[in-house]
Amino acid sequence: MTGPETTSPQQTEDVEQEALVEDALVEEISIDGMCGVY
Amino acid sequence: MTIAVERPQGGRLVDQFEYGLDAPICLTWELTYACNLACVHCLSSSGRRDPRELSTDECKALIDEFERMQVFYVNIGGGEPTVRPDFWELLDYAVAHHVGVKFSTNGFRITPERAERLAATDYVDVQISLDGATPEVNDAVRGQGTYDAALRAMANLQAAGMKDFKLSVVCTRHNIGQLDEFKAIADTYGAQLRLTRLRPSGRGADVWDELHPLPHQQRELYDWLVANGDQVLTGDSFFHLSAYGPADGSGTLPGLNLCGAGRVVCLVDPVGDVYACPFAIHDQFLAGNLREDGGFDTIWKTAPLFLDLRSPQTGGACTQCSAYDSCRGGCMAAKFFTGLPLDGPDPECVKGNSETALAGDRERPGSSQDHSHTGTVRNAPVPLTLLRTRPVSACDESPLVSQQ
Amino acid sequence: MPVLPGAAWELSPSVSLRPEPFGALAYDFVTRKLSFLKSPTLVDVVRRLGDAADVEDALLGAGVPAAERDRYVAALGTLAASGIIRERVPA
Repeated sequence: MTGPETTSPQQTEDVEQEALVEDALVEEISIDGMCGVY
Repeated sequence: MTIAVERPQGGRLVDQFEYGLDAPICLTWELTYACNLACVHCLSSSGRRDPRELSTDECKALIDEFERMQVFYVNIGGGEPTVRPDFWELLDYAVAHHVGVKFSTNGFRITPERAERLAATDYVDVQISLDGATPEVNDAVRGQGTYDAALRAMANLQAAGMKDFKLSVVCTRHNIGQLDEFKAIADTYGAQLRLTRLRPSGRGADVWDELHPLPHQQRELYDWLVANGDQVLTGDSFFHLSAYGPADGSGTLPGLNLCGAGRVVCLVDPVGDVYACPFAIHDQFLAGNLREDGGFDTIWKTAPLFLDLRSPQTGGACTQCSAYDSCRGGCMAAKFFTGLPLDGPDPECVKGNSETALAGDRERPGSSQDHSHTGTVRNAPVPLTLLRTRPVSACDESPLVSQQ
Repeated sequence: MPVLPGAAWELSPSVSLRPEPFGALAYDFVTRKLSFLKSPTLVDVVRRLGDAADVEDALLGAGVPAAERDRYVAALGTLAASGIIRERVPA
């Protein structure tokens, strides 16, 4: 990962965006999306 | 409780599914091996009823188990499920017990009256099988008059107000060029098109060499799915084609690229055998029998085969491939029945990694069971060319006579 | 529509909510949508909704820490958007 140097605003935003996605407690799945489920 | 196999906390959906679930999301239930037809590629080698079939009461007890486990719905097939006299009773029983029903049928018995009843029943879906957009292509695989029967069934369903029922097509060498026409047929009847992969399972093993799509046709199918896929169901059965996409994964077809066998789905067969999936009817993939192993819930949660499938799988030689993330080494049933190693490439690997193995010596396991008709079948397949099919009765007309 | 802490909600009657080791699967028989609930605590919140006075009540009953409240309310919003939960009509 990045060292102790200054993080740019863009980098901070990217990390926050990633955290948001990983934080989602609900995910919708397509019923067509697994082999054997039809 | 599922016996825990070091399941990760949270994280990706597909990882959770690979470790299995406390109950299937849905499952395929082959109700009978009896069938009025003799399709050349039948994955269950159906035709003749097995005398050991589950009784009506045993079927209801199984439905009760599904209800307790909260199995969301079952895909009832066969053989032809509607040839069982108690089919409609079992359908109603399942729906009344909070188990949705989707059933696959050749359509012969979907009369206007039956269509009305289906349209009026909640939580029921119908899937009509068709493997050619023209009678010539279809009837070569499914039998004389089957194209007409399928379209008649769809017309009856449409007239009864049934919306979004399914038209299910197995992609073969002879119908890849008809994808637009299939879509048009589905649209005509208000149905949703579903394309599914031909696998060398059941009688499919006998015709796979002649019927499976050629490499350039796989490419054609992939391109068509990329262009039209958002309106078409595929049951995630073509994830091996995603390897045609660029290395960054941007060309991956929608879906989880997940083999659900033994993890989120399984098969219950007409005599109560439980298999990992409907394409894997073989002792190698037999998890147990309802009558002998304590019922469905016990088998789902404790069968050694299923526990094995829910542990991390080795991708073997395929893990080095740039396409592995989307292809995952393809379909284990396809590999098994073509005599290829399970930790090697899929027989239809789009990068051609199976060509050498397919050309070389390999032992094809063959079916554990065969319920095929042995005598004359009224609606026998009308081959386009002479296929290496099982010999049929001497009473049959010349297979080259085309029917109108 | 956003899920407000003071509103009364419930699991939609056409939904089957099935516990799993990671949380739960929710299947809507009408829309045929399948949702994956990634936290057993969220499942507890959803189960409590129907009998709780309001969303706030359900969150408290399930022991959702204050720091996590927004995350859970957002998750309920996702469930509401797909019809898995619906507002209770006052009797």
